[in-house]
Amino acid sequence: MALLIADNVVPGYDRKAVAPAVSFSVEEGNFLCIVGANGTGKTTLIRTLTGLQKPLSGRVIFDKGFSKTQAGFVPQFTHSAKDFPASVREVVLSGCLSECRFRPFYSRVHKKRASENMQKLEIEDLSSSSFQELSGGQQQRVLLARALCSAQKMIFLDEPTANLDPNASENVYQLLERMCQEEKAVIMITHDIKGALKYATHVLSLSGENAFFGTQEEYAKSTLSKEGGENVY
Amino acid sequence: MFTDILSKLMTYFTYPFVRYAFIVGVLIALCSSLLGVPLVLKRYSYIGDGLSHVAFGAVSVATVMNMTGTVLLSAPVTVLCAVLLLRRGRRSNIKGDAAIAMVSVGSLAAGYLLMNRFGTSANLSGDVCTTLFGATSILTLQPIDVYMCIALSLVVLLLFVFYYHRIFLITFDEEFAQSVGIAVNSYNLLLAVITALVIVLAMNLVGSLLISALIIFPAVSAMRLFKSFLGVSICSGILGVVHSTLGLLVSILAGTPAGSTIVVVHLLGFLLCSVAGWVLRECVS
Ligand SMILES: Nc1ncnc2c1ncn2[C@@H]1O[C@H](COP(=O)(O)OP(=O)(O)O)[C@@H](O)[C@H]1O
Ligand SMILES: [Mg+2]
Repeated sequence: MALLIADNVVPGYDRKAVAPAVSFSVEEGNFLCIVGANGTGKTTLIRTLTGLQKPLSGRVIFDKGFSKTQAGFVPQFTHSAKDFPASVREVVLSGCLSECRFRPFYSRVHKKRASENMQKLEIEDLSSSSFQELSGGQQQRVLLARALCSAQKMIFLDEPTANLDPNASENVYQLLERMCQEEKAVIMITHDIKGALKYATHVLSLSGENAFFGTQEEYAKSTLSKEGGENVY
Repeated sequence: MFTDILSKLMTYFTYPFVRYAFIVGVLIALCSSLLGVPLVLKRYSYIGDGLSHVAFGAVSVATVMNMTGTVLLSAPVTVLCAVLLLRRGRRSNIKGDAAIAMVSVGSLAAGYLLMNRFGTSANLSGDVCTTLFGATSILTLQPIDVYMCIALSLVVLLLFVFYYHRIFLITFDEEFAQSVGIAVNSYNLLLAVITALVIVLAMNLVGSLLISALIIFPAVSAMRLFKSFLGVSICSGILGVVHSTLGLLVSILAGTPAGSTIVVVHLLGFLLCSVAGWVLRECVS
């Protein structure tokens, strides 16, 4: 049984569709890359999948054993208010909150998980710094660590490597690959097609009249035949 | 001179109404300064102002109707308005802002008009002044007011501590909270209801005009000194209590109006924190 099924989902705002209807399913251990030019509705689609907005038509179905509290989300990077008082540690820990159903405070397990995720993203020495005083790439890594804390089964990422240097991007890809090996599912929007195709198992492309969904090999073949080599989204 | 002041204070504290004033003052200051942190950070500073005017309107109606406990009317009306305003505020920011201003000015004007037209008291401007600035009303509290205030403050404090981490998350990143299945709307509703209750309570202390000061000043002052949410929350609570206590002491010793004195002390405290924050940053870097 798939963790998540999109059944003819049309993402959009105020009854205006921004992308064609898409249907696909994501299973445990899958690494789905969503690609497409700017403005093709990738962000709108991922917001629909995470339940932040309703689809104009169609349905997003979760497996019975899976709930939103076991997913993590890294939103598209935006510069947030400059003066919000929050330490890196507080932000990362807040990813564990979805698990604290009736518990007011974090358990030792949560604190350990937060430290581990900070280590994975190489931000443990920033843990008591102010989140707002970090660089864009550092903030992005903090938000990734937060999402890892809540992503027990699935993680959604909207251009997670847009602000990262090549080393950090590579590190993130490897992290995500390891998550797939642990039978978690990854759904990621990216413009870094070459980097992502190495790790993706499935690709959803939103460019063109009809959306394309298939395995990584099928996608590579279809773009090769269409564009003869280097693809341009 | 110091012993003079001390003995003067000792005599004052033998009066029960002075003790009541301090208990109520400290509790309200603590509640509103804690709530102030998420409200200011969520850009809801104006909600406090708007709601306090609604509370003023409701108290006017209750006074005109000769109701004994004005809280019985002002509490439900203010809570209702808080819920409606936060609903609107979410849908559209510009309309939400205008709605707050309209409700705020509207209830202020209607309240004054009612008091003016149907008020039975001989000293109208005195009454209005008391409701707006809380001139001496904190010194006229009855034991029942004090018990109610203690009960409500305890509820607010417990809720704040219990939901502290959730308050942080919905303040910092509402969308992430929603995406991992946290009931964001319920917590926003809870925040609105608590805010309304604290405002109704605080009317006894500083009157409706100056409530915003109790909510905003400690939070903003604390943000000058600390960079973490926990640090700001604790500091805000402490500043709120210390400044309000100082203000009350000064007002009793110097015979000045309690509400305005408390706010002026908060203002001075804010300036002090700004300077301290600036010095700290200069020294560190
Ligand atoms: N809040 C919004 N309200 C209405 N339309 C929007 C909103 N946000 C984005 N859009 C529109 O939806 C389309 C797709 O945007 P988006 O999903 O962000 O694209 P992508 O992430 O693929 O670059 C754009 O044409 C944009 O104009
Ligand atoms: Mg986007």
